[in-house]
Amino acid sequence: MIKMDKVKKTYGTGSVQVDALKNIDLEIKENEFVGLIGPSGSGKSTLMNIMGCLDVPSSGEYFFESERVATFNHNKLAEIRNKKIGFVFQNFNLLPYASAFENVEIPMIFMGMKARARKARTMELLERVGLKGRASHKPSELSGGEMQRVAIARSLANNPRLILADEPTGNLDTQSGDEILAIFQDLWKQGHTLVVITHNPNISARAQRVIRLIDGKVENNGA
Amino acid sequence: MKIMYLFRLFYRELKSQKKRITLTILALAWGTFSIVVLLAFGEGLKRQMIKAMHGLGDGICIVYSGQTSKPYRGLGKGRIITLNLEDVKLLESRVSGIELISPENDRYRNNMTYGRKSLSERVIGIYPDFEDLRGYHPERNSRFINDLDVKNKKRVVFLGTELKKRLFGDEEAVGKTVLINSVPFLVVGVMVEKMQNSMYNGPDVDKAAIPYPTFQAIYGDKYLHRLIYRPEEISQSETVKDEVYKVLSQKYKFDPTDKQALNIWDMVEEEKLMKNIFLGLEIFMGVIGGLTLIVAGVGVANIMYVSAKKRTKEIGIKMAIGAKKRHVLLQFISEALMISFIGGGAGVLFSFLIVEVFRVLPLEGEVADILAHPVISFQIMILTAVILSIIGFLAGIFPARKAASAKPVEALRYE
Repeated sequence: MIKMDKVKKTYGTGSVQVDALKNIDLEIKENEFVGLIGPSGSGKSTLMNIMGCLDVPSSGEYFFESERVATFNHNKLAEIRNKKIGFVFQNFNLLPYASAFENVEIPMIFMGMKARARKARTMELLERVGLKGRASHKPSELSGGEMQRVAIARSLANNPRLILADEPTGNLDTQSGDEILAIFQDLWKQGHTLVVITHNPNISARAQRVIRLIDGKVENNGA
Repeated sequence: MKIMYLFRLFYRELKSQKKRITLTILALAWGTFSIVVLLAFGEGLKRQMIKAMHGLGDGICIVYSGQTSKPYRGLGKGRIITLNLEDVKLLESRVSGIELISPENDRYRNNMTYGRKSLSERVIGIYPDFEDLRGYHPERNSRFINDLDVKNKKRVVFLGTELKKRLFGDEEAVGKTVLINSVPFLVVGVMVEKMQNSMYNGPDVDKAAIPYPTFQAIYGDKYLHRLIYRPEEISQSETVKDEVYKVLSQKYKFDPTDKQALNIWDMVEEEKLMKNIFLGLEIFMGVIGGLTLIVAGVGVANIMYVSAKKRTKEIGIKMAIGAKKRHVLLQFISEALMISFIGGGAGVLFSFLIVEVFRVLPLEGEVADILAHPVISFQIMILTAVILSIIGFLAGIFPARKAASAKPVEALRYE
């Protein structure tokens, strides 16, 4: 699915350079459920941003489905994020003015899906995360767990093969966290590839493989 | 649905920046209002001026006597060339492009009497073609001087609107007899009111017209004061004028290129000149209006910059879920365009209102006749729409490009 070859990421310029990632070699296969753990500042989010084509490595090569991401232009990257990758964030990142329905619908608007198919798909996704009755609610009218489920529904909009989640349960209570975990396990069973950054031992325990990052290096790749 | 989505975004933005957007829309509305009203009054002024100019006659040429300025075939310069009635026939038969033609002579201070009222008025002697040449149109149930009147040297008179009012008041004039220098004349017609801003020897509404032969018999004039003709095709005016010079130069033996031998007042040329003056005026007013709109456009750009900054996070989220550059561009440009068109629309609406008010207001008097007839022409509408679109687009494109070039990771991190 994805492969990293001596990926380096350096922030800052001149004398105050910080190496966030140092020579990461990593491969994640189709339909793996990977937990990504490590202390804060170890480079987990930076790594995930590169995996999700939101950021580019300072050096090294990143292959997405065997293609060199460095060769992609803006549009191609946007397309990959739209169709092949689903993001779930710790702080949900929903659009505050849009309803649950509209939030889930937006990636399909970007893809150019026809209105009728889009509406049906949006309802189907909301049903799948148990929020069919909350479609017209704004994020401010939803609980944290519900917001995260909307975000998951949104990440699934175009049926991506890779789902990247950055501390998806970090802002949630235990029960909501467990519900999210259950959804993730379902997705895994359905054949999606999952990479989840987490401090939640419940998640890392269920993950098929746990990668531990310390100080920008893979300390244990769990393979 | 995509459109609805853009509208929704716009509506949300409207709510979150009410004051700023309202002010910008006001500025745009004001700018649009100024440009449209300015041009509408300019257009109205032009149309009224042209209409008033046609009060003298549309496309006519007035030929006066002149003085040669070049020696010709042994004859020295400075000879006075005067026309007589035979020249009317000559031109009629020799210049094929002439549609209407009439001589005109006049006299001041004629004693004109009806009943106990006695006035000192101006009398002109003319041919029937004069009606169409110079816009001496009769009121209903009355007529202008006709061929029979001319042929039989009848003592009939056609009265200008104001002259009739002075002499008859509200009384019916047609069929009555007036005395002109003690000679009785039958009133056959009264002129309808007309606007006139171009004239010689006073406004037409003050004159009394009688058949040319009658005039000649009374006053004994040998020469024409002037000769008026109209070409069949206004576009052929120049050719016909050259032909007139040629025919008359042969008869009176002057150089056909000597334009001072005969003075010709060409209304077609005059109108062209006036239209050019107005075009210049329109450009001037358009530029002023356009500058006002540009100021408003800067306001729109400002709004969009603030809006782009405020929405950095939102743009980051959208990029993370697959928005392409063009999606971001489209959002901002469409918003800027919507602001422009709402402001512009309000301005246009308000201008229509003002223009309508002026049309309904019962404004009278010479100044009001010329000034108070604003017209919003199709060209003005198109021009305004184009300027607003350009402003909206320019005000949108720069902030939009800035927003669209944001790096997804950095935009996402923005709080």
